[in-house]
Amino acid sequence: MNIAIILIILLVGAILTYLSGNRWAPKVAMLFAIITAIFSIALLLEYHNTGTSFSVQWINNPSVMFSLKADGLSLIMVLLTSVLLPIILLTAVSHTVPYEKLLYSLILFMAFAMTGVFLSSDALLYYVFWELSLIPIYFIVVLWGNGSMSKRRRSALTFFIYTFAGSLFMLGAIIYLYTKTGSFQLYDLYNANLSDTEQLWIFLAFFFAYAIKIPIFPFHTWQANVYQKAPLVGTLLLGALMSKMALYSALRWQLPIAPHAAHSMQTVVLTLSIIGVIYGSIVALKQDNLKRFFAYASLAHVGFIAAGIYALTLDGLQGAVLLMVAHGFGIVGLFFGSEVIYRRFNTPLISQMGGIKGQAPKFTIAFFLMIMASITIPLSFNFVGELTIMYGLYQVSIWYTILIGTSMFLGAFFMLHMYQLVMLGEVRKKPFADLTVNEGIVFILLTAVLLFFGLYSKPIVDLASPSLQEILMYVNR
Amino acid sequence: METGLVLLLLIFPLVGFLINLSVGKKIGRSLPGIIATAAVTGSFAISLFYFIQILSTGQAIEVHLFQWVAFGEFSVNLAFVLDQLSLLWLLVVTGIGTLIHIYSIGYMHDDENVDRFFSYLNLFIFFMIVLVTANNLLVMFIGWEGVGLCSYLLIGFWYKNQQFNDAAKKAFIMNRIGDLGFLTGVFTLAYLFKTVDFATLKLALSTTTTPETSALLGVAAFCLFIGAMGKSAQIPLYTWLPDAMAGPTPVSALIHAATMVTAGIFMITRLNFLFDLTPDIQYFIAIIGAVTALFAASIGIVQTDIKKVLAYSTVSQLGLMFLALGLGAYQIAVFHVITHAFFKACLFLGSGSVIHAMGGEQDMRKMGGLKGVMSITYITFLVSTLSISGIPPFAGFFSKDEIMLVAFQNSPILWVVAMLASLLTAFYMFRVLYLTFFKEFRGTSEQKKHLHESPSSMTMPLIVLGVLATVGGLISLPFGYSWLNNYLSPIFSGSDVVEAHGFSTEQMVFMGVSTLIALIGMSLAYYKYMTKSTVPEEDEKITGFAKVLYNKYYIDEIYNTIFIKPIYAMSNFFNSIVESIITGVVFGFALIAKGLSAPAKALQNGSVGFYLSFFVVAFCLLIICLFLV
Repeated sequence: MNIAIILIILLVGAILTYLSGNRWAPKVAMLFAIITAIFSIALLLEYHNTGTSFSVQWINNPSVMFSLKADGLSLIMVLLTSVLLPIILLTAVSHTVPYEKLLYSLILFMAFAMTGVFLSSDALLYYVFWELSLIPIYFIVVLWGNGSMSKRRRSALTFFIYTFAGSLFMLGAIIYLYTKTGSFQLYDLYNANLSDTEQLWIFLAFFFAYAIKIPIFPFHTWQANVYQKAPLVGTLLLGALMSKMALYSALRWQLPIAPHAAHSMQTVVLTLSIIGVIYGSIVALKQDNLKRFFAYASLAHVGFIAAGIYALTLDGLQGAVLLMVAHGFGIVGLFFGSEVIYRRFNTPLISQMGGIKGQAPKFTIAFFLMIMASITIPLSFNFVGELTIMYGLYQVSIWYTILIGTSMFLGAFFMLHMYQLVMLGEVRKKPFADLTVNEGIVFILLTAVLLFFGLYSKPIVDLASPSLQEILMYVNR
Repeated sequence: METGLVLLLLIFPLVGFLINLSVGKKIGRSLPGIIATAAVTGSFAISLFYFIQILSTGQAIEVHLFQWVAFGEFSVNLAFVLDQLSLLWLLVVTGIGTLIHIYSIGYMHDDENVDRFFSYLNLFIFFMIVLVTANNLLVMFIGWEGVGLCSYLLIGFWYKNQQFNDAAKKAFIMNRIGDLGFLTGVFTLAYLFKTVDFATLKLALSTTTTPETSALLGVAAFCLFIGAMGKSAQIPLYTWLPDAMAGPTPVSALIHAATMVTAGIFMITRLNFLFDLTPDIQYFIAIIGAVTALFAASIGIVQTDIKKVLAYSTVSQLGLMFLALGLGAYQIAVFHVITHAFFKACLFLGSGSVIHAMGGEQDMRKMGGLKGVMSITYITFLVSTLSISGIPPFAGFFSKDEIMLVAFQNSPILWVVAMLASLLTAFYMFRVLYLTFFKEFRGTSEQKKHLHESPSSMTMPLIVLGVLATVGGLISLPFGYSWLNNYLSPIFSGSDVVEAHGFSTEQMVFMGVSTLIALIGMSLAYYKYMTKSTVPEEDEKITGFAKVLYNKYYIDEIYNTIFIKPIYAMSNFFNSIVESIITGVVFGFALIAKGLSAPAKALQNGSVGFYLSFFVVAFCLLIICLFLV
């Protein structure tokens, strides 16, 4: 099967969703999301560790190929996107907003762009998809966000310019690489024969783009504002998928192209990643807005993933891939939990919540499970990921493991602190209705995924392992 | 068949948990308790079956399910082992677990969330079984964290009270600090030997001893012991256990006395082959154990809350067990774990019975004279008090005496410390006994009318535990044949097996000294609390050093000042200052970019004339250039 089909389905889906009108848009979008998921699972089933690719000439001079390639790693990311997409849509249905056809069309378009990033094996094509993903999310935040229009436009614009500026460094690096090799093809760039100085600059240019988008401390300041201002679907797209786009890119492009720089800069980038973990945990403690709270929690978690990547050991990379998937599902659960509360209490402020446990037992169980996964209780998927990363870091230095390991109790501290304020205590006067069927389905799906892979992560490990070993081969040459 | 039956051991409590979690609310108040009890009893029956089997065959049973975690160089299976050590612990966990489930049926009957209580209790049993039957360190960690989670849920069971929730959170976080140590230790072993299986590790450790490895082994042992400090409440990670008394009393008996808190001892016993190679760490463990024993006992003597006394007593007794572990006397530590499980569970359940009768009152100064009303509770409490104080021939005497003996043989200083702890133990336990059951009743008349002996579902477990606390010492007699040592010998390497020592004069004298110390403590308590008619002045108005003790050496306040407050202060600082600075820098760059673009912007002033003239000049320049070239 041709892998371009996934992209075509999503693009056609985005157009048809827009054309179908406000009333049908959610259903059409859901239909296409499910078709995408089915096709990507089909792609998985016929995949045999060799990687499938697709390539046509796009522009002759400079030579740009429309070339896609799906190896195990890309497939995992595509699957993550296409399986999360219906779940993300499910969190939005039953909650009508104006201009639905545009919103749902933009969501599919965003999925299209991100899938393109995960599949591209031509640097310029990759860059085009990378920037393309920025456009829908900008409009989603501005048009359907929370708070006053001027404030959210400001947040969204800051985010747009900030990440765009970062990406320009990457574009510069890509163009420089083209002048050196005369090609945008992935493997040509891997074998570019760069001097150590060149590698350093290339590495840093990529790092700017990724550090802002992941985000890594201290490039994170846009995050909390945008996560807070964005509507739920926007936050989910950003937190669950867009951050993974940058993490994936570090694995796919940054490390193998500039391997020596990756080694020489390791201390710096690892330290920044780990600072992000600790810093995010501590800052979260004092947040009163539940979405901001989860934004900082997410900062800590993606820092953990980044640390796994920059550990440059097989276990580090492996753990990073596992945790990327786990975090993708987990963060959807957390933010959806905050949305469920918001829909009932009409406030995002933790200080005005409390006592929900006494009113909504089902929601309590669901929310508690999501929190347990995020603080990595064993048997949760997140645990397997963090465990593998910590062991990967141990092979670099025991101190990295201990430092990042502080998140075991710091994370538990801020999460349980929040849980206590939001869910426990005396029951409030305001009624809190328990989960609806739709909401229940979302939580059941998420829990099933997080528990299944927490018990049995072998399929993902087996899928990712050959790609990661190849990347490591380039990194350690 | 084998696999199925072993799995059933785990599945029973898990199913009990799921049933009560999903439909517990709909099946009335009594059914949840019965379902949960049946589940644990099922696990107990299977444990007993395998226990009897291993007595005759001596063969451990291993069950491998499937690959759980894969690292680059090795992978970890979800696998379990039933050997002598895990079966012994299983009997204690499921046996005492069953009794406490039965007790809870009576104790929790009036609670509106009784279904939730029993579901958590079953989940706890499930994780505890995982912990003790794990065949590798990471599966053990599942149980290790799982029991911590259940402990969190049960301490905060009455979730409307935020103070209880604080206690639950504190327990969880302190345990988590220990867990980081545990994991780091596991990583160190994995890094060295590319395995976390107990059997393979044992084999690997028996062959390799380069200096570099042994340094790392020390790191591993130290880190794992930090894990044990957290779970088994040793200095400096003990402060969560007294607070954990916020949970319902059966929870205190099961989790915070008999089973979960002994997990650290279990883990070190399991890894005896590692700790034997790291004498420095062993010595460190012995010191921490002895100091904790004395330190906690000293706090115990002035507490007025009956459960708090028992909690500090637990910390202190766990300290004695670590003392034994540190001296390499694993069997003796295990022996004390078992007798302690009997008498401490009995004491906690007895205190629960008292609190139940007093309508929730836990302050001993308001009790007294309950002997007449609650005779079963009284007798079982008395028996357990004698047992914990180390009065022969009760169970606690034998295990404690063994610890004292091994301490004396290794380090007289540690022996003195442990002896002092024993003296204090006898004192505070009899203080509890006298204040609670003797003299006149000091509560309100309302409470007095309400006083009653507890229902049979509560007294039956008390009687069973009371009997065990009396005769439990028989499993390892100091003279002649020690069944326990013999039974556990396959777990330990040859040098560890303590020879059944003869009934020497030295030991006779030694037992005499131990008993004497216990009797002194008992007499002091008698003098202070039985010769006067009222509660002594010191217990009403607490001053001087007693106040320091009463406030637990202000350790909680100190931790609060040096850890918790700085974290909140940092959070504030990061939020208000650091975030603004970073944002400022980012905007600063934006402003620089804007500034740099200003001259260019000036060119685009919208005047067509300006554009045209610029065009003409540029065009001319271009032509000139072309001609020149």
